[in-house]
Amino acid sequence: MVIPLPYSVGASTGAVEGLYSMSKAWGIPWIVPRLAIMFAVVSIIIGFISVAAMFLIWWERKISAHIQSRFGPMRVGGWHGWAQSLADGVKLLLKEDIIPARADRPIFILAPMVVFASSLAAYVVIPFGPGLIVQDLNIGILYIIAISSLAVVGIIMAGWSSNNKYAALGALRSAAQAVSYEVPLVVALLSPLLIVGSLSMTKIVEAQYVPFIVVQPLAFLIYFTCAVAETNRLPFDIPEAESELVAGFHVEYSGMRFAIFFLAEYANMFVVCAIATTVFLGGWKGPLLPPVAWFLIKTFFLLFVMMWLRWTLSRVRVDQLMNVAWKVLLPLAFVNLGVTGLVMLFYPAG
Amino acid sequence: MTTVNLQLQQVQERTAETMEEMWVNMGPQHPSTHGVLRLLIKLDGEIIHECIPYMGYMHRCHEKIGENRAYVQIIPYTDRLDYLASMYMNWAYCLCCERLMEIRIPERAEYLRVIIGELQRIASHLIWLGTFGLDLGNFTLFMWCFREREMILDLFEAVSGQRLNYSFMRIGGLALDVPEGWLADVKSFLAWLKPRFVEYDRISTDNVIWQKRIQGVGILKPEDAVSYACSGPVLRGSGFRWDLRRDDPYGIYDRFAFDVPMGTRGDVWDRFWVRRLEMEESVKIVEQALKAIPLGQVLAPVAKKLRAPVGDIYSRVETPRGELGHYLVADGSERPYRYKVRAPTFVNLSALPVMLPGCYIADCVAVLGSIDIVLCEVDR
Repeated sequence: MVIPLPYSVGASTGAVEGLYSMSKAWGIPWIVPRLAIMFAVVSIIIGFISVAAMFLIWWERKISAHIQSRFGPMRVGGWHGWAQSLADGVKLLLKEDIIPARADRPIFILAPMVVFASSLAAYVVIPFGPGLIVQDLNIGILYIIAISSLAVVGIIMAGWSSNNKYAALGALRSAAQAVSYEVPLVVALLSPLLIVGSLSMTKIVEAQYVPFIVVQPLAFLIYFTCAVAETNRLPFDIPEAESELVAGFHVEYSGMRFAIFFLAEYANMFVVCAIATTVFLGGWKGPLLPPVAWFLIKTFFLLFVMMWLRWTLSRVRVDQLMNVAWKVLLPLAFVNLGVTGLVMLFYPAG
Repeated sequence: MTTVNLQLQQVQERTAETMEEMWVNMGPQHPSTHGVLRLLIKLDGEIIHECIPYMGYMHRCHEKIGENRAYVQIIPYTDRLDYLASMYMNWAYCLCCERLMEIRIPERAEYLRVIIGELQRIASHLIWLGTFGLDLGNFTLFMWCFREREMILDLFEAVSGQRLNYSFMRIGGLALDVPEGWLADVKSFLAWLKPRFVEYDRISTDNVIWQKRIQGVGILKPEDAVSYACSGPVLRGSGFRWDLRRDDPYGIYDRFAFDVPMGTRGDVWDRFWVRRLEMEESVKIVEQALKAIPLGQVLAPVAKKLRAPVGDIYSRVETPRGELGHYLVADGSERPYRYKVRAPTFVNLSALPVMLPGCYIADCVAVLGSIDIVLCEVDR
């Protein structure tokens, strides 16, 4: 697999060129600096995901606590328990790694990695700011949709290899849910893409003189609903519904393997909200503040909405979930796409 | 062949799996069985075909222990019957003994029993509403309900010094009078509680997801409800206006005006709504009792060593979960000859296999939650 080079990391381009010419001068084969750069970029992404996920976990606990008239974590680290996620992470790292005796060992071990890798790979094309993108692929959004579907494979692997009926049920639900919700999600994303005429994430942002949520409110709503379902969050968290399936596909996981599932869930939440920000909320654009700040503010606002939904709604049932996807969201998405296409046809200027 | 082996063999015969069907063991360690209940569920995909409940993990010889204790000494054991409504359990047992020994209790004690009993009903229903929300995935409702229930526990702590197992009632009245200002505290608590019901409704009842989840699910037909001898909100949800407080009044319930809420279809929604309305009715009863409560003694003059005349008695009360009956046979000594408890949740739980077939797994949890079981009482 060829991992694309981070040429477009705007500020560091000079450093990258410098590294190449230096290694040429010293007679080091070109693969060495290339690997070094790849390693550095992946470290930055993993570092960002870890910090963001830990912050999100702490933030979610705070939000849920305030919704429920509690305080949430208050002790660890001093100010409002800011180090709580850190402490939890350390605890999970130190836990015994339990693999059930009759589990399918290699698949059991591989499953969390697959899930995490798929959400990690999606970060490659997220535009944090002008030029602040690891690789501005010309099929950016298609790439994200494709790569994030891989997570389902990991979930099915986890459920199947655990040798547990609850886990298997959770995995099957997850597969059904992901397949159903991917369809309206993609169709909903198509209509703004029609306007832009490109799949590149940077071009999508640049095309938005007004945020697309104004032009395409319905598409945004459909996308956001599907995104909540894609990330297995309440009200669509049936693959891990703790009251009926205990914990669903990761019921047999403990310690760091469980933590990786957890991390991947929050990383995925960030990805879907970042896509929504990019496609519908005008990405990094905004007055006064630097672009990165605008991007993060918008994304975290959407994350807040997701958490808000989670702590105030009940869980839907499997059949209701499928009905919503196939009988409501999909027809709506197609209607929206058709109307957008007609408008584009008659007023090509847009 | 022993009974256990026979049972095992029957289960093995019934549990032979086909390609389409799968047996899933739910419990005894499962977050939604509200204790150590074990359900064996036959699934076809997500749909339940059959359900066999297993009980008895908490059996602790409640009745046999009772037969080796003096009448007064049984009171602390009744706390542990239904630990979410301990006050009511105390009351039910003391009432049975008082009827057996023909003791009249002071007027103030009667009023205080009603106030405490109805507060206990509200507390119990609040826990039920909260955990039911949890079953449906609504965690916030759970926290909100516990917030108000905590206030009731504070009130009970003020009168009895305990927060869960009170042992506060005595044969002949109450252990103590309530502290000064307690009745005013109850009044201000009720003023706080009433707007909260609207708040609960906003997050649960008014929500479309909530409605769709529980309407038309787990239907218990009226004839089934009667033939399984269900009682309490389960029976009322199936369309019977049967409440012992109204139909076989004990204590001083005949002096209060209150409605008996009733469902029509017998689904989970009806049982939910009956309990939700009952809380408001309890508030009404407490308010009336607070207005009319007299001053005076709270414990009738009874002998230190209680002996019951030879005879037997069955006494029943309407606990938050249904008809709790105590049956006592006295042989003239200071211990009961036979002590039997008719636990409402045990009987209501028996109707579960009728309600479940055809439901989804997710409904199973909702249906079980709507019966409102307390395993300590089921297993005794």
